[in-house]
Amino acid sequence: MYGRKACWDAADMLRNKIFLLVVPLLVVLALLPLGADGYILGLLTLAYYYAVFAMSWDLLFGFAGEVNFGPTFLIGVGAYTAALLNHYWHWSIPACLAAGSATAVVAGLVLAVPALRLRGPYFGLVTLVAVLLLQNMLVLNAGLTGGEIGLDLPDVLAVDDTQNYYYAFGFMVVSAAILFGLSRSPVGLILQASGQDAIEASALGFNVAKHKLVAFAISAFFSGLAGAMLIFYMGTASVGTVVDIAVGVNVIIAAVLGGRRTILGAAIGAIFLIGAGEVLRPLGQLATFIVAAVALIVILFLPSGFLGRFLQPGDRQ
Amino acid sequence: MLALQILIDGFAISALYALGATGFTLIFGVSGVLNLSHGALMAMAAITAWAVADMVGGNAYVGAAAGVIAALICAFVTFRLIVRPIQNSRAIPGEEKEIFVLTGTLLWGIMIQEALAYLFTNTPKTVRPLIEGVVSIAGVRVPYNEVLTTAISWAAIGLLWLLVNRTRMGKRLLAASMNPRGLTLLGHELSSIYLLVWAIYGILAGIAGVLLGAFLGVSSDNAGTLTASAFSIVVLGGLGSVSGSLIAAFVVGYLETITAYLISPTIRTVPVLLLLVVVVYVRPQGLLGRR
Repeated sequence: MYGRKACWDAADMLRNKIFLLVVPLLVVLALLPLGADGYILGLLTLAYYYAVFAMSWDLLFGFAGEVNFGPTFLIGVGAYTAALLNHYWHWSIPACLAAGSATAVVAGLVLAVPALRLRGPYFGLVTLVAVLLLQNMLVLNAGLTGGEIGLDLPDVLAVDDTQNYYYAFGFMVVSAAILFGLSRSPVGLILQASGQDAIEASALGFNVAKHKLVAFAISAFFSGLAGAMLIFYMGTASVGTVVDIAVGVNVIIAAVLGGRRTILGAAIGAIFLIGAGEVLRPLGQLATFIVAAVALIVILFLPSGFLGRFLQPGDRQ
Repeated sequence: MLALQILIDGFAISALYALGATGFTLIFGVSGVLNLSHGALMAMAAITAWAVADMVGGNAYVGAAAGVIAALICAFVTFRLIVRPIQNSRAIPGEEKEIFVLTGTLLWGIMIQEALAYLFTNTPKTVRPLIEGVVSIAGVRVPYNEVLTTAISWAAIGLLWLLVNRTRMGKRLLAASMNPRGLTLLGHELSSIYLLVWAIYGILAGIAGVLLGAFLGVSSDNAGTLTASAFSIVVLGGLGSVSGSLIAAFVVGYLETITAYLISPTIRTVPVLLLLVVVVYVRPQGLLGRR
């Protein structure tokens, strides 16, 4: 148990360092509506939802070691469940959000229970195919789902920029706290162990499949909820914003940029990515090129991401 | 009549798919790399062929050659700049290299795709066919280009088979896929074998891209779909098994053609995706996979 003790001490130390970084940042972001204009707030609102997507993805990739090429499957299921309920049956927003995240968890489990038997590229492929199938279904049933154009929603979260900003901000902070806490808990350590060496972890008596399944369900819950909230912020649900492979790729880039296995790094990566996309917008198509190039350079030269060294738990040497 | 049409069109499409997927599976078999920039590479070959043919005043042969050469260069760059550094990196733990190669090549593919879209816009380009005209096969009108596509695809696959099974170089490739360490102990340079595999891959993907561009037309937006279809075919056939990929390419090609003709072209890819999910769950090693 001496090894675990050392590990906790290191975690405590890191936690302090993280608090020193995160708390002032959060205070600044919380006070931002006092000074910033609606444009900046709108941008950050979007970035916060992406941050939750990226953090949920990091829980699976960084900790459980499963590369999910289809984060937008979970996001899309949550978003479209909420959108359809709101559009056709006029469910209230909280009810839609609950239904959306619950459906995302169910869909995530349906996908994960058989898929977790598969390793590496096979798991990645199944998640990729899940997205393609969902996208096909939505586009083919365009009469019901609005297809490529999208489904407009009678209700929106709020009309006011500041209010929207605080909804997204609060949601991101709460999700980050839960996901980060989880990643530093014993469950997080077991997940990390299963991701790095599943055989050894199960030899130590941990139920690897159960833990990975829990990780998938939690990831699905936050992805689905964030997807549902995002469409109520936008007032419309469309394939291009919550299902398209390109959205999923952005989520992956954000998490890898910020530093995998850090949770918080993923959030910072997402905010950076949305910000960079906006700053580079005048360059048109080159913007995506530059973002992908930056992400590639980070992967090649700084594989633990912007914050990897700083934030990764269980200090590896 | 319709049956014959499906038979002929399906055969051409399948041959093209087989060619596209062969290189993809070869790299995986020999060096364990899944190259997610595959589709972007094919699109680049097609668009280069289109652009160069235009530049030299409509000479389709020069264009096609330029497309294949561009794919060859791009394959080398992918290997040298992306795959090799990740595989040699000390900062990335061994068990995560596979995931990093996947993510790295995915990003590289996006870069190629966006560069293509920026330089040539993302409207679909149809490569000028090598020969024009239409031939009638048992009453079905088939463009010469379709016949040529099928013939070239099979010729390339046949040459690959000869290279792998009948030459010393090919024996070395096979050995590398079975036991790389054993091969290095016998005094063969593993890195030169990897270079050879990537060269073969570049040429195969380049030919496939140019032919696809002449047959169906290619836009930079197709890169993702092309990667996904190569990936699906390869998984369906069994990762690393070239003969499995050939069979899978025909399954996919015919399934898509039948769906498109008999049901609706809009759901063309859906039955394949469903089949893929079933195969991955029931038989994850694919039709002819070894694992």
